[in-house]
Amino acid sequence: MKKNDITPLQPISPATEEVHDHGSIRDLEEVEIVRLSDEELEALHAKGRADAKRRMRVRTFTDRVWTTLGVILALSVAIFALMPIVLTILDSFMSTDEIKTNYSAVYNSLSSASAETKTYLSSTPKLKMIPDFVSFSQYKTLLFLSPTYLLKFWNSVALVVPIVLGQILVGCLASYSFSRYRKKRREVLFFSYVILMLMPFQVTLVPNYLIAKNLGIYNTWWAIILPGVFSTFSIFLLSKYMRQIPSSYIEAAKLDGANEWNIFTKISLPMCKSAIYAMAILLFIDYWNMVEQPLILLEDASKQPLSVFLSQINASEVGVAFAASFIFMIPPLLIFLYGEQYLVEGISRSGIK
Amino acid sequence: MATHEYNPEEVRKRRIRGRRKRALREWFVFTGYLTPSLLGVLLFFFGPMIIVLVQSFQRSATNTEFVGFENYVNVWNNKAFRTASVNTLIFAGLAVPLAVLLSLLLALLLSSKIPGKSVFRSIMLNPMMVPVASIVLIWQVMFSYNGALNTYMGWFGIDKLDWMKSDWSRLVILILFLWKNLGYNMVLFISAISAVPSEQLESAKMDGAGAVRRFFSIKLPYLWPTIFFVGIMSLINSFKIFREVYLLAGDYPYDALYMLQNFMNNMFSHLDNAKLTAAAIIMCIAMIIIVGILFIAENRLGRDTEE
Repeated sequence: MKKNDITPLQPISPATEEVHDHGSIRDLEEVEIVRLSDEELEALHAKGRADAKRRMRVRTFTDRVWTTLGVILALSVAIFALMPIVLTILDSFMSTDEIKTNYSAVYNSLSSASAETKTYLSSTPKLKMIPDFVSFSQYKTLLFLSPTYLLKFWNSVALVVPIVLGQILVGCLASYSFSRYRKKRREVLFFSYVILMLMPFQVTLVPNYLIAKNLGIYNTWWAIILPGVFSTFSIFLLSKYMRQIPSSYIEAAKLDGANEWNIFTKISLPMCKSAIYAMAILLFIDYWNMVEQPLILLEDASKQPLSVFLSQINASEVGVAFAASFIFMIPPLLIFLYGEQYLVEGISRSGIK
Repeated sequence: MATHEYNPEEVRKRRIRGRRKRALREWFVFTGYLTPSLLGVLLFFFGPMIIVLVQSFQRSATNTEFVGFENYVNVWNNKAFRTASVNTLIFAGLAVPLAVLLSLLLALLLSSKIPGKSVFRSIMLNPMMVPVASIVLIWQVMFSYNGALNTYMGWFGIDKLDWMKSDWSRLVILILFLWKNLGYNMVLFISAISAVPSEQLESAKMDGAGAVRRFFSIKLPYLWPTIFFVGIMSLINSFKIFREVYLLAGDYPYDALYMLQNFMNNMFSHLDNAKLTAAAIIMCIAMIIIVGILFIAENRLGRDTEE
């Protein structure tokens, strides 16, 4: 009976044709073809439709539950991700007084880490996260009345931009070399580059410190910029990309009479454009954020970048701290807005071998 | 006339000479591209590293008397170094597995059929771009003794916790670390998941394999290389956690937050060259061992999936 159910509904499948092709016609003859009446056929169709509908409804229901749960989960993670940023921005529009009344308890307990402040401030402090009035007073103080912040901001820019540009330039050249010339000794050198890239600051800062002292660049920006330019971080990822370029492209260019410089500038660089942008973004954020190097390699507070300076804000300056924090995060956020596509693509492809 | 005579020996020699010449030319060209980087790396990293190695066996920067492994023994027996190493290792041991696991879960979530995936991805990637120094203030507002979290807990009758000056400080730093690093790891995992062959997933679904079964039997073997990559990246980042600690707690954090970089900074400010160089070499060796183990493990597992 089951056979009869199915036979009229199904067109001849390729499988049966194949059987036919192989010449075993006897198998086909054994299949009993039953012709159904129109009503019977209609009933069968209806039953099938109802079945499918019921199954569909159950599935869409469980699907929907799962989707809702997934969205709730994703939303809560997204809120967790955004909250600190949003709060910093909101608080930067508080007036100085408002911040003092809201947060002075917090910062008093931080700056003087003694037991007395704890007991002294045991009453619940007022904690408002959202300002009552939008006030630009913080920004006014910051931009017009306290030049130190702007100076530190400029320090950050002057340190980070040369590092990013320099490392990308040096890194592209070296990666091209590593991707095109793959002899055994070169691979050993490449591996030592990778090891160097994996070394934490705790290790690399000691040689950096020694060489800075010896070259007489200690306590100047060069002490940070030069090791940054020659850091091997970008070379690992960029050569990974350049090695993925099909060799047929390069062979074809060679047949057309291109020399290595042409291949480098006309094929390798354009094909790795997104990787280079992604690398520049990653480097920018990494060095914009730096704390370890300036703490050790720069003695003068006036040469320190804003990242270090922001941490030294004490209770009396809390008023402008939020505005300074927000201004500090604007450049990377702008870069993120413009370069997100490259960044995602660059990161994505770096993980696949 | 004689020059046109065919001499196989001469032709062979000329061919070899030509090949050598071309190989030499190639070497010159590609070494040329490498030169700027190589010079810089030798001058700023590998060269001074040798000086570090030499100095680690000397009495001090000024007194070059050879003292054998005395500096190493001193560092190893140093209580601060012990605390710092243990803290750094505890932190890495907590942070790296959590970062891998949570970002994998997030990536699976964003690879499933939920609406607004790309918006969620952008939002979750956002913290990566925000400098830690900028959100430290909010973290302090949240976790200081008189901060928001303690106030909210007070509403539910929970006693105040001294987040930053107790063992809870590890949790505070851990949350900050995860906040910052999950997005990057998640993007890596999303691309790895999308590279899993969909025919295999489809046919497994047809055969009635559930989502969990499909993950462990099909997706996971394809994800191993990415899991290791993410693991190594997270490990590197977990060693950078000093930034967060320094920005949150300053020069003298609670004991549980005393990281290796704090130790190094103290050595720098005391100009204790002997301890500094010996500690750097110890860490360098430890790092090579850890990464080596990871690489070997990856190769083993990678071979299993190929078979």
